[in-house]
Amino acid sequence: MSTVWLVVLVVGGATVAFKATGPVLLGGRTLPPAIAEVVALLAPVLLAALVVTQAVGGDDDLVLDARLAGVGAGAVAIAARAPLPAVVVVAAAATALARLFT
Amino acid sequence: MSSFVSRYRDGARAASAVAATVWFFGASFGLVARAAGMGVLAPLVMSATTFAGSAQFAVTSILGAGGGGAAAIAAAVLLNARYAPISISVAPLFRGRLPRRLLESQLIVDESWALASRGGGRFDRRILLGAGLLLYVSWVSGTAVGVLAGDALGDPKDLGLDGAFPALFLALLAPQLRAPRAAAAAALGAVIALALIPVTPAGTPIVAASAACLLGLRRRL
Repeated sequence: MSTVWLVVLVVGGATVAFKATGPVLLGGRTLPPAIAEVVALLAPVLLAALVVTQAVGGDDDLVLDARLAGVGAGAVAIAARAPLPAVVVVAAAATALARLFT
Repeated sequence: MSSFVSRYRDGARAASAVAATVWFFGASFGLVARAAGMGVLAPLVMSATTFAGSAQFAVTSILGAGGGGAAAIAAAVLLNARYAPISISVAPLFRGRLPRRLLESQLIVDESWALASRGGGRFDRRILLGAGLLLYVSWVSGTAVGVLAGDALGDPKDLGLDGAFPALFLALLAPQLRAPRAAAAAALGAVIALALIPVTPAGTPIVAASAACLLGLRRRL
């Protein structure tokens, strides 16, 4: 098997397994209250980590670039209670503009 | 009933803006995967099974630079390890027989999961699966166009689409920050991720940040 196919199949298999972890092992069950309290915080924690890594993450270092302008403009739109699609469009436009002028 | 329908419509509307962005990135993945020597079929199979942008781009950049299969696998597996905690957070939404739970779980992706999040640990099953399906079709069809005709589309970065994702996640995080404990956990998670980005391989910061949810073990905060 070629390297490309080996990578595609191993990564695909591993990702399918990661995504199936909760639904297959715990699916439909009600978690004990203490665990549920912890799991309930996964959403804000992982969302915050995604914001950070997508805004300033690079291959293996912090990268400050036009994405910051996008997040900043997005934050203003969020504070102004803009609907979600508008936030996405404003952020993309600000990022593109900042990239054009830097 | 009407509020349920309007909420569902809001979800679909939000998902369609995100789907367009995801489609462009799928096309861009197809283009760079082909340029990295992955051929036509392998990138398509990868989009259909892995369905996670950052890991797939990492693979193309490592293989394209002659980095070897083991390095590509390690990076992608590390990047996608976050889907273990993410899938645990939505586990109660998945019912029925095992094959069905397995199949539906593959519609979990950062964006569908984030759109479905309602705060306080609650998630909307219809939005998770509806948005997930839409994004899956966008990602795979984008990849197909990218491997075949990607040159004609240009770079999604010129459209600023890479800056749209962090803003999207911020918009979905903001309403959850009203609960003091969620705000504290989110801040801790962000600090952990920020501190680890310069010193660990990509993927590790997000997985390590999930430890911040252990704040849930404290009775008061």
